[in-house]
Amino acid sequence: MRKLREKVITISTNAKEGHIPSALSVLDLMWVLYDRILKVDPTNTQWPDRDRFVLSKGHASIGLYVVLAQKGFFPMSELENFAKFDSILGGHPDRNKIPGVEASTGSLGHGFPFGVGMALGLKMKKSASRVFVIIGDGEANEGAVWESALLASHHHLTNLCCIVDYNHSTDRALQIGDMEKKFNSFDWETCTIDGHNHDEIFEALQKNGGHEPRAIIAKTIKGFGCRQMENNPEWHHKYPKHEELLTLLEGLR
Amino acid sequence: MSMRQQLVRTVETAMATDERLTLLLGDIGVFGFRNAFKNFPERTYNIGILEQATMSLAAGLAAVGYIPVVHTIASFLIERSLEQIKIDFCYQKLCGNFMSVGASYDYSALGCTHHSPGDVSFLKAIPGMNVIVPGSDKDFDELFRNAYSGPNANYFRLAEVGHSLDIPVVFGRGEKIRDGKDGVVVAIGPMLEKVIQACAKIDVTILYYTTVAPFDSELLFATVKNEKVAIVEPFYEGTMAYDVISSLRGKSIELLSIGVPRKFLTNYGLISEQDVFCGLDVLSIKSKLEGLFNVKS
Repeated sequence: MRKLREKVITISTNAKEGHIPSALSVLDLMWVLYDRILKVDPTNTQWPDRDRFVLSKGHASIGLYVVLAQKGFFPMSELENFAKFDSILGGHPDRNKIPGVEASTGSLGHGFPFGVGMALGLKMKKSASRVFVIIGDGEANEGAVWESALLASHHHLTNLCCIVDYNHSTDRALQIGDMEKKFNSFDWETCTIDGHNHDEIFEALQKNGGHEPRAIIAKTIKGFGCRQMENNPEWHHKYPKHEELLTLLEGLR
Repeated sequence: MSMRQQLVRTVETAMATDERLTLLLGDIGVFGFRNAFKNFPERTYNIGILEQATMSLAAGLAAVGYIPVVHTIASFLIERSLEQIKIDFCYQKLCGNFMSVGASYDYSALGCTHHSPGDVSFLKAIPGMNVIVPGSDKDFDELFRNAYSGPNANYFRLAEVGHSLDIPVVFGRGEKIRDGKDGVVVAIGPMLEKVIQACAKIDVTILYYTTVAPFDSELLFATVKNEKVAIVEPFYEGTMAYDVISSLRGKSIELLSIGVPRKFLTNYGLISEQDVFCGLDVLSIKSKLEGLFNVKS
């Protein structure tokens, strides 16, 4: 994980772009998903029976890119082009450019209902594929998130798992409160985990079946692993200067 | 048959042969689509009154191979979920069909919350969005069958009051209704019959458009010389002005847009009363066209 974190910070530094702390907040979640849970094939990204993953909080894209590259969806060298004019890798993921990306996200509150639609469609097809969506707690300010929660439970989308990256970054604006209780009130099956503990993540993600969609409230730290950035709002959308890079990398967990 | 009755007939017929079609109703038209609920229960949903999530959900359905048909009142279908249409369908290059009821001031007595004269303006700002304005039930049936399966997203703007003419229409193509000497009048969708009546004694060429995005520039360019052009549109006046002007680049024209005035319509009453108030009844259209073409009545 340290190498992935290093990559996130380095490509952002080189590109002078990127939401590093958001990417580090969800990096462990996405790594466990791609490494141990998702049925996906980097050599056949349109395989109909694949699982689907949607990074609804699209600004954490660099985290997704380093995981996809590590898993062979595109060459690692592509990361060096992040945010360049003709790159496939932008500040938010684009499904029409990037192998393995299922939804173009960035505008908060879109990816979750998009995932609900995919889950409904896969259920209609009687597919065994699952749909995983990561939303942010700040994103959960959006009304469409709760419209989606209502729709998913109403249609008993047991093939859908929503992971809430609960890093409290927007508490300063609007406190979202007890997310497990909220999803429970929408008739979701829920659990709360340490969003940086791979065993807990795996255990929560592998649970399948049940009668309702599943929400995993992942307690995370924005900027996790980089001491200078952890829970430091100053870094939300700021790239390191080259002279800062070495210090940041040396301080990585 | 009303366009809305035709909507039910056309969509249910298509659902019988195309298993990709999935119907999502915003708690409207549920009785009308009762046969769809009965015959295709796995593909027919009364999804509820939550347009933003519905539109994104529909895009998710499209991403796994379905062709969604979303139906509710125009102002909520388009204006409330405009960003979802832009990002989740058009930017992601997914196909979906959005079918409205309540064009412009069709819900005249319900007031401004249910008016939607700006819908086409908004959608025309989205690259790749198809906007279809049928003038009749027959138009709708033909145009839906032409376009529903993509590749682009389609907005079908259904009107309460259409025309009764039988004009062959094709998606993406304008039609010449008649030739004239003094200029060109373009009628959009339901405005055709009024335009024909208004032009009974005005010697102009009449063109008929039911697809406004993409716009058939070639027909307009080939038809218009250096002369006066009027466009009669059932939504905000000037909505089509860019298309007309850009189609006629290099030509010298005088353009008159006749459409819904760009203000809130705070009165109630009947559609016909709003027509008069907005200057979209036959007499008002005739008067404006006579002014443009210097015809004395």
